[in-house]
Amino acid sequence: MLSPKQTLDTYFLEARRDLLEVAALLDRYDESVSREGHKAEDESKLESLREAMQLLAKPDHSKADRAKQLLAHFAKID
Amino acid sequence: MQIIQPHYHAIARTAQDYERMSMSGVVAVCEPAFWAGFDRRHPETFIDYFAQISEFEPTRAAEFGIRHFCWVAVNPKEAENVELTNEVLKQMPEFLDKPNCLGVGETGLHKSTANEIAALEAHVELAMKHDQLVLIHTPHLSDKAHGTKTVLEVLSGMNVNPDKIWIDHVEEETIEWVLGAGYWAGMTLYPVTKCSPRRAVDILEKYSTERLLVNSSADWGPSDPFTLQECIVEYRRRGHQVQEAVEIFHNNPCRFLGQNPKWDIKPIRITEE
Repeated sequence: MLSPKQTLDTYFLEARRDLLEVAALLDRYDESVSREGHKAEDESKLESLREAMQLLAKPDHSKADRAKQLLAHFAKID
Repeated sequence: MQIIQPHYHAIARTAQDYERMSMSGVVAVCEPAFWAGFDRRHPETFIDYFAQISEFEPTRAAEFGIRHFCWVAVNPKEAENVELTNEVLKQMPEFLDKPNCLGVGETGLHKSTANEIAALEAHVELAMKHDQLVLIHTPHLSDKAHGTKTVLEVLSGMNVNPDKIWIDHVEEETIEWVLGAGYWAGMTLYPVTKCSPRRAVDILEKYSTERLLVNSSADWGPSDPFTLQECIVEYRRRGHQVQEAVEIFHNNPCRFLGQNPKWDIKPIRITEE
């Protein structure tokens, strides 16, 4: 199993890439809203992503079960 | 659709790449000189490398119907070896005369040290003296913004023609600086460390597609030459027409590289009957 340092060193760049993709998606949505002049009728998916990021931003997760919590969170979206 | 791979390190790839690229519409690849994964110690090693990419590699590509072009340079990671850099620079004009050599590259910056900057200036001076195109590498990750600014500062102090300079590996934070200064900008699509196909399409949609080039990643590290095709699929999936894709992924490389008369592939237009 990996040490704490190895864990960060091994997966940091992939996590960076994935967060950049999320940032780009949010930018893409804003650009689309600006271009079309209106928001999506239902923004629940956008709101779900924002809530997920808030969950990830919390520093303390004593059970180390973020993935499990996110799956339950995303299960609310059709 | 006909596609050009403007930045492809063929010596690190297998013939299967060529075969699959050919099957997917790639008609030409351009191979800049790059870092071998270790610092070379002898100028002769570079000379043999330049011979490989200017003489042998075109024959390997031709077996699959793909045109192969190259660039020559000492890459920035090895520019710390000043003696080696100067010796290789002396011998580079011989290779600039090769029938498939398009110019000087990839030069540029890695950590933006004084030796790297001196080597960049020497490469650009050589290119301008021989009326060559220049391909400039910008640093990765946390060094990118600083390194790109430094490249632009170096160039601003030199007598260069921006039309003939391609600054590569731009991302969201650096593209406006490069285009704003009048240079060509290249986006490089890596699985992890640089731009992604989706983000590249965002950039294509946000900025004018003029002076923009899109490269896949193809070297000895984690990379994938078919990120270029992924990008084309993403671009088309968003509703852009085939001709618009042709302008970016075939014609733009022709416009930039065609400034060198050795590049004889012309922009194409898809006609509908």
